[in-house]
Formats: sequence, structure tokens, C-alpha cells
Amino acid sequence: MKVLVTAKRVVDYNVSIRVLSDNSGVDLNNVKMSVNPFDEIAIEEAVRLKEAGKVEEVIVVSIGTSACGEQIRTALALGADRGILVETEEDMQPLAIAKVFKALIEKEQPKMVILGKQAIDGDNGQTGQMVAALSGLAQATFASEVVVNDDDTATVTREVDGGLEVISVKLPAIITTDLRLNEPRYASLPNIMKAKKKPVDTYSPEDLGVDVTPRVKTLKVTPPAERAAGIIVETVEELVDKLKNEAKVIS
Amino acid sequence: MSILVIAEHNNAAVNAATLVNVAAAQAIGGDIDVLIAGEGCAEVGAEAANIAGVSKVVVADNALYGHQLAENIADLVIELSAGYTHIIGATTASGKNYMPRIAALLDVAQISDICGVISEDTFERPIYAGNAIATVQSSDSIKVLTVRGTAFDGVAAEGGSATVENIDIAKDAGLSTWVREDIVKLERPELTAASVIISGGRGMQNGENFALLESVADKLGAAIGASRAAVDAGFVPNDMQVGQTGKIVAPDLYIAVGISGAIQHLAGMKDSKTIVAINKDEDAPIFQVADYGLVADLFKAVPEFDALLD
Repeated sequence: MKVLVTAKRVVDYNVSIRVLSDNSGVDLNNVKMSVNPFDEIAIEEAVRLKEAGKVEEVIVVSIGTSACGEQIRTALALGADRGILVETEEDMQPLAIAKVFKALIEKEQPKMVILGKQAIDGDNGQTGQMVAALSGLAQATFASEVVVNDDDTATVTREVDGGLEVISVKLPAIITTDLRLNEPRYASLPNIMKAKKKPVDTYSPEDLGVDVTPRVKTLKVTPPAERAAGIIVETVEELVDKLKNEAKVIS
Repeated sequence: MSILVIAEHNNAAVNAATLVNVAAAQAIGGDIDVLIAGEGCAEVGAEAANIAGVSKVVVADNALYGHQLAENIADLVIELSAGYTHIIGATTASGKNYMPRIAALLDVAQISDICGVISEDTFERPIYAGNAIATVQSSDSIKVLTVRGTAFDGVAAEGGSATVENIDIAKDAGLSTWVREDIVKLERPELTAASVIISGGRGMQNGENFALLESVADKLGAAIGASRAAVDAGFVPNDMQVGQTGKIVAPDLYIAVGISGAIQHLAGMKDSKTIVAINKDEDAPIFQVADYGLVADLFKAVPEFDALLD
């Protein structure tokens, strides 16, 4: 079976972002960009399913400017077999991304699409569920374990509030990853070299017949309220006293 | 305007998130209806009718909805959606699961995790794990929203007198089935629900030393968290991670022990009401967000702190 996975290009999780002074957005100039960490988990899961003999081909998809090719190469170095870049200058919002995926699902006929549960830039957490809705497929979000069964179903353990839930979904299905699903590997140098030779197809949203017009307009972006400066206490006694009598957070 | 709030409940009682959702709906303004979809949930419907500010409670009581499977809940809401200008759910595991599915079926965008209402079509929401706040405007005819639980004060659970309407829609999408759940009866609260959290970082040196935090946590009724550095070093499991790639928390009291304060950790905890940092490195960035900083060796300070709580 074939699996589609995602590799969204986002600001690296270690970068401290800066809001632009004209409040039009976040400064992305000369900022280190990486694969969305939750997508790394998605790629790892697909590659492990391939190594376990459950999956024949892992196809990585990234949507955005031509620079997203870097994230596709990273995923190929981690073990994906080929890439699809859907190239556009448009501000791609979750609903539009989901429409692109619907078209790619029709084209590639995968048994599973594995996506990060959210991207660490927009923090929307919508795309996987929207892909499932538009394609009329089952969804298993926030997965911490995925078992592919022989009867065209998958048993997925989900992270829910207060514990875990196990559901069974018919394949093809859409899976979104949570942190505990796996720990992604690092790419080895030979695999990075090999990745350069793997095929990558490029399409535009128009090629796929998808209208990607944004539905939501960002009016402004502002920094969050600053925390008032704190104090340094000298002793543990003083700390406990402050917490009891000033902050009143312990009794 | 006419707003449909999808209630969070456990088939026995409404969850506090429902009251927060109604508060967000009131900030938008208009008629507010509440949907209770579940199994054996008639009493929840009666309870919801008492929520202040609600006009009508719609109860869909069927085995198909008992476990909030996204496919079935979404199909149900689509059936009920005609005439509503806003559909509101919670930023919880179940709300995050079915709300985007509802939005996509309606061919509208979702605005996730709103923390402020500017007008009926304009909302504030955190991006980059709360390191920036975006003000966004929807051009869709129906606004599908999820609401950040800590951003609004919930309305009163009593004082309302809504009508209750039972509906008999039962459509199984046939795509997924619930198998079982493993809801942990934790001796300590969940990280995302705790009012006090004590977290350890790389300074803890190993997993065994987290026992130092347990005694304090027991006395304060606190959850125990960790920084990504502590998780990456193998001290503790990943589900304890607080940060941009872990859990985002905002307790009344957050105690950071041996945590330097990497950006990705700060992103997950800096909305806490009171922050305490204990670290032997006085230049650690964690002190810049701490209300109370103590420059000390944690292996001396934590047992001392623990003893003073007796």
C-alpha cells in the first residue's frame, strides 16, 4: 500500500520569533526553517510501516513556495521514496491545503495519509480532519499508536483528555500524529546523498483544479502581553513566604 | 445572529468547557442554542437547559454519538446547521477532532482556539504557541470556531430556562468504531488541567531525581512536567513534556526546577499566573519570565522547599 505524508515548512522550533514592527506578521527573513516537528513524526511512522513490510511506497507532500523543496529532501533523506511539491505563492490556509490533498488522494489512491496533528506556526490543527471530511474518509487524530490490520482496517490509539482511546478505522484513512507515536530518526549522510536522486514531481494548485483563495484575512499580528518583571528571592523561606502571602498560590 | 454551541460532556454532566463556549457565544451576541450529542444523555440536556443565556437545548441521544466519533458528530451537526451564523466548539481533544471536519463539510474555514472576540466576524487567536496574537477576519457565511478554555470566564451553570428539543437523527457514517478507552485514574492531576505544576529540566541529572519533585507535587496537589531537554535526555517519558512541541499549560502556579528556559519550553508555560524558577545559573533565561526566582542548587533547595510545606 501507498502512504502520503506531509512535510510543512515552518520556522524551526528553537527559533524565537519576532513580530514585525508594522504588525503585518512574523519576521521570516533569515530565520532557520525546518520540517514541522509533528510532520517529522508522520514521516517516521510511514517509514517504520515500510520497514515492517506493511507499506510499499511513502510519498511526501509539501505545499508552498519552491523553498519547500528543502523539506521534501529532508523527508526523502529520512526514508520517503518520492516527493510531491505543490508550488504556490498564495497564503495557504487549512481548507485550501485540504482541497489540494483531496486532489492528490484521487490521483495517488493511498491507503493512508499521515499528517502532523498541527503545525507549530499557525497552530490551527485542522488540516487532517478537513482532508478526511472532503475525501469522505475516516479520521484518527492525535495518534500514539497505529496498527495496520490485514482486513483493511487500522487500530489507532488516540491521545484524549485524561488518557487514551482506541478506535478502529476503515482504510483508506487519515491519521494525525501526536508526540508519543514515535521518536523520529536523524538522517544519515549516505541517505542525504541518496535523497538527492529520488524523484520529486511539481504541480500548481491550478494543475490539480483546486481553488486556494484564502477565506480568512489576518488584520494584524501583535506580540502577547509582556510579563511584569519578577524578583529574585534569596532563600527558600522567602520563596515560600511570597507564595503564601503575596501571590497567595499555596496555603 | 444565531449560534450553535456544541457541548462538551461525558453523558452524565456538562463539562466546564461548555460554559466557556457559551461565554464566547455571548461575547459574539445573538440567540444561543446548545447541542448535546451523546448516549443516555437526557439528564445532561436537562442540566444544560439551566445554563445562563441559552435559548434552546437540542438533545441527540443515540449510541452513535456516545463516544463522540468525529464522523458521526460532524454529519449530525451538518444536518442541524441550517440557519446558524456561528458554530462553536471547545479546544479539547473531542472539539479539536470534530470541529474542522464540520467546517470542511460546510466548505468554510475554521478559526481555531480563539482567545478574544472583536466582532461577529473578527477574532483574536494565538499563533506560534502564543508567541504572537493574530487578529483574523472570516469572510465565510458560517463561522466555525473553537474556543481556548482559559480565555473566557464560563457563564453560570444555573439561572437559565431554555427549552429542550429531542431530535431523532441517527446516521452512521460507518467509517470508524470505538474500541475501548483507558482513562487513567491519575493520583495527580493531568498537566493540562492542573492548577499547580512542578517541572524538571536537564538540571535534574537523571530520571530517579524526579522523585524529589513528587513529594512536593503530592503536597501541592500538583502535576509533574518536564522540559524537552529532560525528555530528550531520556529522564522521563514524552507525555510529561511542557512546551511548544509538548503540552501548552497555564496553571495558577508553575514551578520550573533545573530548567534553563529554552524558547520552546517558555512557549508552553509562560501564560501561567505565577512562575517560580529554581536554577543555579543566574543567567538562565527562565528567570526573565519568573515572578519569583531562586538562584540555588536544586538538590538543596527542593528538599528545603518540600520540608517547609509541611
